[in-house]
This record gives sequence, C-alpha cells and structure tokens, in this order.
Amino acid sequence: MKKLTKIKELQLMANTIREDLMIMLTNAGSGHCGGPLGLVDIFTALYFNILKHDSKKPNWDKRDRLILSPGHVCPVRYAAMARAGYFRKEELLTLRKMGTRLQGHPSRQDLPGIELATASLGQGLGAAVGMALAGKLDRKKHTIYCVTSDGEHDEGSTWEAVNAAAKYKLNNLINIIDRNNIQISGHTQDVWPLKNLKERYEMHDWKVFEINGHDFKQIISTIEKAKKIKQPVCIIAYTIPGKGVSFMEHQFSWHGKAPKAEEAARALTELNKERERIMKRK
Amino acid sequence: MKIKNSTRSGFGQAMAELGRNKKVVALSADLIDSNKLNAFIEKYPKRFFQAGVAEQNMVSMATGLALEGKIPFACSFGVFMPMRCLDQIRVSVCYNQTNVKLVATHCGLATGEDGATHQALEDVAALRSLPNITIIEPCDYNQTIKATKAAAKLKGPVYLRLHRAKFESLTGKASLFKIGKAQVLQRGKKITIIGSGPILTEVMKACKELKYKPEIINCHTIKPLDSETILKSVRKTKKVIVVQDHQVIGGLGSAVTELLSEKYPVKCKIIGMQDKFGESGKPMQLWQKYGLDSTNILKEIKSLVK
Repeated sequence: MKKLTKIKELQLMANTIREDLMIMLTNAGSGHCGGPLGLVDIFTALYFNILKHDSKKPNWDKRDRLILSPGHVCPVRYAAMARAGYFRKEELLTLRKMGTRLQGHPSRQDLPGIELATASLGQGLGAAVGMALAGKLDRKKHTIYCVTSDGEHDEGSTWEAVNAAAKYKLNNLINIIDRNNIQISGHTQDVWPLKNLKERYEMHDWKVFEINGHDFKQIISTIEKAKKIKQPVCIIAYTIPGKGVSFMEHQFSWHGKAPKAEEAARALTELNKERERIMKRK
Repeated sequence: MKIKNSTRSGFGQAMAELGRNKKVVALSADLIDSNKLNAFIEKYPKRFFQAGVAEQNMVSMATGLALEGKIPFACSFGVFMPMRCLDQIRVSVCYNQTNVKLVATHCGLATGEDGATHQALEDVAALRSLPNITIIEPCDYNQTIKATKAAAKLKGPVYLRLHRAKFESLTGKASLFKIGKAQVLQRGKKITIIGSGPILTEVMKACKELKYKPEIINCHTIKPLDSETILKSVRKTKKVIVVQDHQVIGGLGSAVTELLSEKYPVKCKIIGMQDKFGESGKPMQLWQKYGLDSTNILKEIKSLVK
C-alpha cells in the first residue's frame, strides 16, 4: 500500500471512505453513522500515513497495533482497511449480513487485522496497556494505538487503564480520544460529566495534546511528536459526528442509525461536491 | 498424620516452575501473598505486573499480553474475579479466545473466617455459560501443580478455581491429570459420587463409613464435562450424588444433571450451598452448618441407597 503524504491525497481518500460508509450502512440497513463519519480523517491518517502495517500480512510482528475500543464505529475501520488493501471493497457490502466477516461489531476471529473484538465499552484501552507491557518486555519498537470514545470515559474501567499506563510509564502507547461530544442518548455533558478531560489525563501523568480531528496536518504532526515522548500520550481529537454530511453533523440522533436510500443519495451528492472542491485545491 | 496443604500453594509452586517459560507472566489485583505469587515474583520480577485493586483492567491487560503471545495468569479472589470483571471475561477473553488464565483463590465456603463477602460460591455458575472457557477445580496441592502446568499448555481461556484452606492430598505426585478427563478416585458400586475440589476429602471420609465401596469421581474439569466417564459410571450404579463447595444453582451439580437428564435420567442429589450466603467460621464448622460435611454426605448416600 502506498503511503499518502500529500494532504490533498488524504482528503480524497477520506472522501472516498465517507462514500463507502454511506453505501455500506444504507445497504446494511442498520449501524452507526455519526461516529464513523467523524473518525474518517483519523482512520485515513492512520491507515494511509501513520501506521506501520502490511495489508497482506495482517499479523506481521513488527506492525503497529491499533485497537478500536468503541467497536460500534467499526464501519470506518472496515472501509479504511478495504481501501488499504486488506480485502476487496465489494466485501464492504456484506456489513452486518449473515455469514459476513464484517460483523456488526468487529470480530477478531472473523477478520484478520482486527486486533481485538470490542464493543463492550471500556475494554480496549486496558488491552492496549497489556499489549504495550508486552512490547516493553520484549523490547519491541512498534507503537500501540488505541482509539477510544469520549462516551466510554463514563466507564470506570477506562480510568483503571489510564492509571495502569501511567504506572508502567508506557511511552509506546498513544490513546486517541474521539471527542465528538455525543453519545447514544444525548450530548456527553448532559449524559454524564466529562469535564476537564485534558486535566484528568494530565493528573494521571499522561502527556496530552488537543487537536482538530479533521486536520490531517495536525493529526500527523501530533502523532510524530507523541512517539518521541517518554510517557503515555493522549490525543484529544475534537471531531464532528457525522462529518461531511450536513444533515448528520452534530446530530446525536444519527449516532446509531443507518441512512435510508434517499438520505444516502443526498449524502453522496454532498460528498461528490466536496470531492470536486478538493480536486480544485492545489 | 498426612501433611496438609492448600491448592493455592500448589499454584504458587507450579508458577515458580513455569516461570522458566519466558512467555509466562503473572498479574495480581493486589493479592500477591494470598495468591501465592511470591516465589514467582522473586525469580521473575520483570514478568509480574501488579494490577492494583482493579480486576476489570487486570483482565483487559492480561488480554493484551495474551494477544502478544504471552501466557498471562491473572490472579485474584473468586468473589472479585470473575464476579467484578465478568464482562471483560466474556468479551475480551472468551469471545476473542485469548490465551488468558484466570486464577481465583479463596473459592467456596471453606474460605472461612472472612465471611460471606469473600466466599466465592457463584463463580462457576457465572462462568459455565460462557463459550470457549475451560473450568478446572483441582482437589489438592499435588493436582493443582499439574492443573496449572496443563492450563499453561492449553491454548485458550482457562479458569482455575482454587482455595485458601489446607487439606490432605487425595492424589499422589505420580497420579495422572488430564484436562477434561475426570479421575475415578475409587471404583465401586451402588452409587456414583461426583465432586470437585477439597470437599472431596469429606466425600472420602463419608464413604469410609459404608459397608460397600461407592464409585467416587473427581470431576476436576467442570467444563468441558467428561460425559463419557460420568455416563459409564452412572449406567453401572444408577444413582448419583454431586458434592460441591458452591451454590447448588449453576455449579458442577447443574452440569452433571443437565447431562444426565438428557442422556440417562437417574435419581440425583446435589449437595452444596442451598441458595444462601455464607458467614464467618472455620471451614469445617461452615461445612457442617450448611450440610457439606461427611456426616451429611453419608446421610444423603444412605437415603439414596437403601
């Protein structure tokens, strides 16, 4: 897989992945839109620029590890993986269908390249800590990335893992928080307190960066910086749920449902216009 | 007098030996001494991870370690693990089929003086319905050494159900142990008595009072159940008592009666905790009060075999 280094290339890939998402979710008839659309830029940056990986050898020992803790946003990972060559993009249309490798929530046993089946929130970061401990024990050079959601910081077990990473000074671990301010029943601040997220991590001896989760330059340069830091790093990525589809943006009602055919058509028209805009850029 | 020892000490001994395998790592939720991990930690300090009083994250960390090829033994008390972290065990360990070994000491009423909150009596019930997990309750020190080593060799999730108190060994150092293969402790007739864990010492005591020899099966592997050995014995004796230091709901007795009700229905009695919480006391006092001791076992045998 060719590494994409130009911002324009990354933006075009992200646009393609957004189109994939609309098509696969509509075809599936259920699933989540908000989170996956909001994470497209981060997953595009990961799979096409940041991660050391080989789509033909998903278990390559020297690969960077990527755990996606909120399993429900897996369509974004599936689409990024397909575009990165892990499997044919036609398979995206099997999402959530009987017999598919693309389970409604990701399954390690079914799809190579999924490090861990997740979905019950609050388990991914702890597993990433365990992987990072193993990496240190074996003096390996790879980085362990964990994408967590802001909503799953309601879970006490997430904070247990935050403590554990600090205790073991895991400088090979980067937690990217998808700070999209929504969860299934509303805005995060209304559902459960999540104030001072940055300070809370800092109090637990993590280095924290705050970035715009749709700005490729920031995503890539921050992770470059993060890899050199001698403590666990948390990147709070502010994202817009539903990003790229105007009527889905910021709407928590789009957290857990799929578009109908007519809505998908509107979304694809918007995305197509955006593609034309990107093409015109230098 | 025979030397008494605990199953958890057998685990500690096995871990000290298993440490030669660099893949073996250990974690404890702030219970190093109770889990008998001292010897392992002394020999292999870098391969021990203190998990703090945070069982959910301990199981998650063990999952991550297992994903990287380690053989993690995550240790706590049975009341905290699996109970506190059942979700992590269900998804991260069982669904993912990670090579995590869960070791719970202090199971059963025989935990004793600590009282009800610390006596794990529901752990087997909680775990038995989870796919992909192997559940082992060795009966003594010697067998625990073998069970621990066998668990390390078996690829996949294992739960080792261990105990605090010291009991006489029922098995010798040379006796065979195979996961999934129940051990016939005594060949006999008229009734099959099936049990797991140190409570089998009470079964042996009770059976000495009889004029005949009943068949006694040490069903150390609760899951997968050795249906072959059990059915073979029950076809011969036609009567069954299951003895367990666990709630009667959902334990070994449930596993055995589920099997027999489908394959070979016979008269069964489950001796165990009768849907109650325990209390403080010495192990033997508690077994007596709640009907798990040799006297009550003998009474139940006599009421079935007339």
